[in-house]
Amino acid sequence: MTEFFGWMQYDFMKNALLAIIFVSPLFALLGTMVVSNRMAFFSDVLGHSALTGIALGVIFGIADPLWALIIFTIILALAINYFKGVTGASSDTTLGVFFAMVVALGVVFLSKNGGFNKYTIYLIGDILTISDSQVKLVAAAFLLVTGYWFLFGNNLLLLSVNPSLARSRGIKISLIEMSFVAVLAIIVAISIRLVGILIINSLLILPAATSRLIARNTAKYTFYSILISLLCGVSGLIASYYWNTASGATIVLLCAFAYVITALITGWLRRKVA
Amino acid sequence: MTQSCGHCCVKIENLSVRIGLNSILENVHLHTDCKEVLAIVGPNGAGKTTLLKAILGDIAYSGQIAFQIRGARNKNPKIGYVPQKLNFDHDAPVSVQDLIAASLVSFPVWCGIANETQDRVKTVLEKFSVAHLHEQTVGSLSGGELQRVLLAMAMTPTPDLLLLDEPGSAIDVKGLSLFYKTITRLKEQYDISIVVVTHDLAGIIPYADRMILINRSVLAEGTPREILSDKKLVETFQLSLLNISRLLIPAGVTEPKNND
Repeated sequence: MTEFFGWMQYDFMKNALLAIIFVSPLFALLGTMVVSNRMAFFSDVLGHSALTGIALGVIFGIADPLWALIIFTIILALAINYFKGVTGASSDTTLGVFFAMVVALGVVFLSKNGGFNKYTIYLIGDILTISDSQVKLVAAAFLLVTGYWFLFGNNLLLLSVNPSLARSRGIKISLIEMSFVAVLAIIVAISIRLVGILIINSLLILPAATSRLIARNTAKYTFYSILISLLCGVSGLIASYYWNTASGATIVLLCAFAYVITALITGWLRRKVA
Repeated sequence: MTQSCGHCCVKIENLSVRIGLNSILENVHLHTDCKEVLAIVGPNGAGKTTLLKAILGDIAYSGQIAFQIRGARNKNPKIGYVPQKLNFDHDAPVSVQDLIAASLVSFPVWCGIANETQDRVKTVLEKFSVAHLHEQTVGSLSGGELQRVLLAMAMTPTPDLLLLDEPGSAIDVKGLSLFYKTITRLKEQYDISIVVVTHDLAGIIPYADRMILINRSVLAEGTPREILSDKKLVETFQLSLLNISRLLIPAGVTEPKNND
């Protein structure tokens, strides 16, 4: 048993655990709305835009690329939302255009003079090197999202059901839409260093997608999402320590496993009832 | 036709809507009084839903939409809206109770719904005989059930203006007739103005006090009987004269046999 808790003796693991405890519920909350509003591709574009955000940070000589990343991701999120409205093109097409643009731009800037290797850490993430100040930042992000969800959760729910219906209830829908994409952008930017560009979207989508299979109301949808996210987050972190694998990817694997098992069981139960 | 109080109305003047290069509505003028069911009819693509969205403030328009409630100009009237459809998946984990509670209280439903709020939701649903559905997911409701739930939501709190978008699109004829009877009762009981957008002429005729025929602009306005006597209707709806005479024949009178 003492051997099982061996990982607790390291400060970097304690920091990583704290970060996971804050990040998991936050991703679960955001994920419920991303899935309900069919924004999976949108959040994927935000994740991949990190490459360009980091590149801009490097170009403008900002020591910590985080701020460049946050600002760029927010601007991008708002720009996509704006372009979806004005072009009349399907959101898939608009997102596809932005996806290609931000990835290409980021790779071009970062690969200049063959220096791309320095940034591969952003692709797979590294939660184990998280500093005390980064843990505090993640904790602040947790408070931001929880507060936002508490204030605007009902508005987001009505908006996901029907925007015109939401407006008839006095909800300022563009304000809610814009603030939601801005919050999503901030969280993606803050977490990208921890979980990595390639898999950040899976962490958003999988807990909510799994919860949808079993929940029949909003409270349970949110609760199961948070529970799945936390369980997979903490157990994935511990497993990655013992398996010596990348933490982010290990957590995503557990989330995907939870989804597959839940889908199989609920499918089987449905057939049995029918 | 019942008498309106004369102090509440919606006046639309010179309303035009353009989306990109397309003109969807041009110089629409209309008004509606309280205690009135106004049917807006027209073919698909005539701009009916766009007109509702302009009233809701959902899309940009030029022209003026003025609300007068109990004699005073009101910039923010209470509008009840029943959309044609909801844009969400059938498996979405949103219960009827979640939907109503989210529109009634600010306490977030994802944290759970207080007993007191649950009671309020049930009272709202009971008025429309759908209280038994409160725990069901919205996606599992039939077209008629969903419409009644959305109507219950739109009527709480009692609106100054009730907008119904194509109420017949997801329910059968019997369900639709029941639905129209319900809105007639609401009109009488709450003195509200009800605007129904529909392309189902036959269904709405017995319940509409006035009718407006639009196809980008207002083509005709009057009582259902007046509208149905208008030749423009024949062109717009491409109805045969036989069909029109069927709609105009009072109940109980035998229709002429069609020998075709």
